[in-house]
Amino acid sequence: MAKGFRGGTFLLLLPATTFVALLFVYPFIYGLILSFTDASGAITLGNFTHFFGDWWERRTIGVTLGISLPATLINVALAIPFAYYMRHGTRGEKVVTFFLIIPLTLGTVLVSEGMLTFMGPAGWLNQLIMLLGISPKPLRFTHNYTGVLLSLVIQGFPFAFLMILGYVSGINPDLEKASQMLGASKLQTFVRVLFPLMAPGIAICFCLNFVMAFSVFPSAVLLGEPSGPTRVIAYAAYQWAFEKFDFNMASAISMTMAAIELVVISIVLVWRNSIYRGASMVGKG
Amino acid sequence: MQTRRIPVASILFYLAMFVYVAVVLGILLTVVLNSVSKGWYSGALPPFLTPEWYVYVAGEHDILNLLFVTFVVAVSVVGVSIIVAFPAAYALSRREFRGKAFLLSLFLLPMIVPPMTYGIPLAMMLYKVHLAARIIGVILSNLVPIVPFVILILMPFIEQVGVNLESAAKMLGARRLTVFRKILVPLTLPGILTAGILSIVRTISMFELTYLVAGGKSQTIVVALYADAYAAGARPPQAVDALAVIYFLTTMVCLVVALRFVSPTQMVFRIK
Amino acid sequence: MKEFTRVIIRNLTKEFGGKVALSDFSLEIGRGEFVTFLGPSGCGKSTALNCIAGLLPITRGGIFIDDECIDDSVTKVPPESREFGMVFQNYALFPHLTVFQNVAFGLHLRRTAKAVVEEKVAAALKLVHLEGQGQKYPTQMSGGEQQRVAIARCIVLEPRLLMLDEPLSNLDAKLRGEMRNEILSLHTRLKVTTIYVTHDQQEALALSDRIVVLRLGHVQQVGTPVEIYSDPANLFVANFMGFKNIWRGDLVSLTESDAGLDAEVRIDGASLHARLRYLPGDPRRKQVEEAFAQKRKVWTAIRPEDIIVGAREGANVLDPNVILVEYQGQTSLVSAMLGRDMLLELRPAAPLRVGDAVKVSIDPGRVFLFADSGEG
Repeated sequence: MAKGFRGGTFLLLLPATTFVALLFVYPFIYGLILSFTDASGAITLGNFTHFFGDWWERRTIGVTLGISLPATLINVALAIPFAYYMRHGTRGEKVVTFFLIIPLTLGTVLVSEGMLTFMGPAGWLNQLIMLLGISPKPLRFTHNYTGVLLSLVIQGFPFAFLMILGYVSGINPDLEKASQMLGASKLQTFVRVLFPLMAPGIAICFCLNFVMAFSVFPSAVLLGEPSGPTRVIAYAAYQWAFEKFDFNMASAISMTMAAIELVVISIVLVWRNSIYRGASMVGKG
Repeated sequence: MQTRRIPVASILFYLAMFVYVAVVLGILLTVVLNSVSKGWYSGALPPFLTPEWYVYVAGEHDILNLLFVTFVVAVSVVGVSIIVAFPAAYALSRREFRGKAFLLSLFLLPMIVPPMTYGIPLAMMLYKVHLAARIIGVILSNLVPIVPFVILILMPFIEQVGVNLESAAKMLGARRLTVFRKILVPLTLPGILTAGILSIVRTISMFELTYLVAGGKSQTIVVALYADAYAAGARPPQAVDALAVIYFLTTMVCLVVALRFVSPTQMVFRIK
Repeated sequence: MKEFTRVIIRNLTKEFGGKVALSDFSLEIGRGEFVTFLGPSGCGKSTALNCIAGLLPITRGGIFIDDECIDDSVTKVPPESREFGMVFQNYALFPHLTVFQNVAFGLHLRRTAKAVVEEKVAAALKLVHLEGQGQKYPTQMSGGEQQRVAIARCIVLEPRLLMLDEPLSNLDAKLRGEMRNEILSLHTRLKVTTIYVTHDQQEALALSDRIVVLRLGHVQQVGTPVEIYSDPANLFVANFMGFKNIWRGDLVSLTESDAGLDAEVRIDGASLHARLRYLPGDPRRKQVEEAFAQKRKVWTAIRPEDIIVGAREGANVLDPNVILVEYQGQTSLVSAMLGRDMLLELRPAAPLRVGDAVKVSIDPGRVFLFADSGEG
């Protein structure tokens, strides 16, 4: 295939590129500019100083990290053993995957709304807990940090699981057999052979999961306490944009969100590179 | 020696899956039951059932309009994105060119960057050009993650149609448009269907982007649901759940249709 | 490494669901022997190998090393404890480890001292002619080189039994020949007990002390390469090992002789005299005798090179017409038709042309007769 642009190629790519450019790149740049200007249009760092200077705003970073990092860690840490177990397929696989994608397809809003009733003080979960004698009074799962965390796990786990499962299924099964023949136990095979080969997939999965969790919005509002303990950064951005109509501040907050996501992703990628140097092919001979 | 018995891992796995499934089912069932209950403040089941909440919801919301908007948005987004994405997917699958890697990453971004991060600047821009708070604004904003999504789904399907087939058609005298119509489209039809259905499901459940851009009459069901749930004090929870059930049914219908064509794993990532 | 004398497999049966992949497989392998499981795809050879390795649980039967039972279909010694080595068809090298790390993998598991590891790995790499390649990654090497790394990875651990699962199928023809030589010379030097699995009869003949021919899960014949090649036990083995000229005919007469049996077969108008070296006790003898008694048809099998072209006299003279000539360099494979239905396959010394009428003669001692088609 010849390198370099042919006229046809350019035209083929034009519509899609225009879309992305107009509706994604341009707004992003627009937002970036807005974040560095004030209401009169002058360039300033005022938005950022305001955001980082105001404790009430600044703490959203900590709050959101405090929700998203544990949620992501839980999701990925749980997904690995389950994906490992199912790597060669298992009975009831279709049923399991069907139930896993239900929360994903239904979306955060419905799941959050459902959790409010199901995990509420009078809901079935607490009824069961009291029935089993785990606690004499209903436990608080809603309108607090726990609710939001649970929601992120319920939604994020299937995503992480399916992604890592897809990745681990692509590893040549003969590699495990070879490892066994050479004397490795199942645990040793996992640690020395499978995990290093899964590391790139796990890293990507962590990044994607984290990014989704960090921008949590509806569940933090519905299931949490947006007025305080679960005031996440996305909610702060929303408030500045559509309640106070200060688009400059809102943009600054959005940019900060993006920057933090970028920082965490870079850290994860550095970690992944330290584990897995060498061929990136997963050994299909 | 290793005796064969049911491994502990197996038990743990199925137990965990059972717990998860139970939670998901519990959540859904509670919503459904709640939406037809009255005076259910304690106990495992509601004391009696009533359809009054659905009547209430129908009165408070223009359900038909909600469904209409949701439907129009989903179908338009899918239609436009397929038309826009197909040529791009073709170019990316078949051609080599400078900056291909860059362009591919560019297309990947709207899928990776979460909607809240770019949604606010996008909404602001749409408000500025007076396209927001209208159906067209909702459609435009939903296109942003869906066009790359469709591109990425279509690419492997196009790659699967060997270049030889197109060359053979050309040798037999077919013009470019004919090759497109008679060879490419029919053979990538499964891919187009997959992309279409997955996009419809995603658009219906897409909350953040629509929420930031929609106005009163251009809300989709999921946005109306959120608004109701948010104003929980002002609305009875059973009514909220009734709306939730309507939303749930809409998505489930699409989900079931989708699953006839794709496997669950492919729904989330187009893993073959 | 524990010393041992024999690997004993008794009535090994493996079923997948309802399907029987391997049926009643029994074999004894002596220490240092090179045994090949030979057969077409689906014959059960890889299944047998994987069962012996412990990678597949067996349905029935037993596997022993001398007196030690390693699998009796109820309990089994796990593969990691058997001290067997396995070389896979697609090499199965760990892509994230260097060649050195791959070969050292098993040694590291056994907590071998670093200096010993370096020494052993270097020696193993030298044995497979890959000295100095330790720092490369598998994807940087060719197929043949990767295969050699896979072999080195096994033999560095001095396994009791070395198993190779179609190791050469992914290589091109020239490389296959070279690797065959390497494997043969390795075995001659190290004398590791080896089980080799292949569908290629050339490899089997070149490498083995004994060959086990399998078909659809059943053993067809066990013997030395010479036995399998010149004395096939049934029509399937004969065909698989290159016999052609398989015709169905009626046994006109069958008499005893010093060497075995003398038979006269009528095929489509032509008459063939066969001198069968089937001694009493040979199952083939009984089958042919029964076929004769029950007036059932039998099958012939003759190697193309055993049909002498150009002879005007001698036994079994026929005069077919050449219909197809396939030039193969050193010889040609010629198809010639006799009558309406009888197709002969010849390997003449001198070139022939399509349309030629030739006279051929076949030594009766080279005509094999089988009563069983081997189907089913």
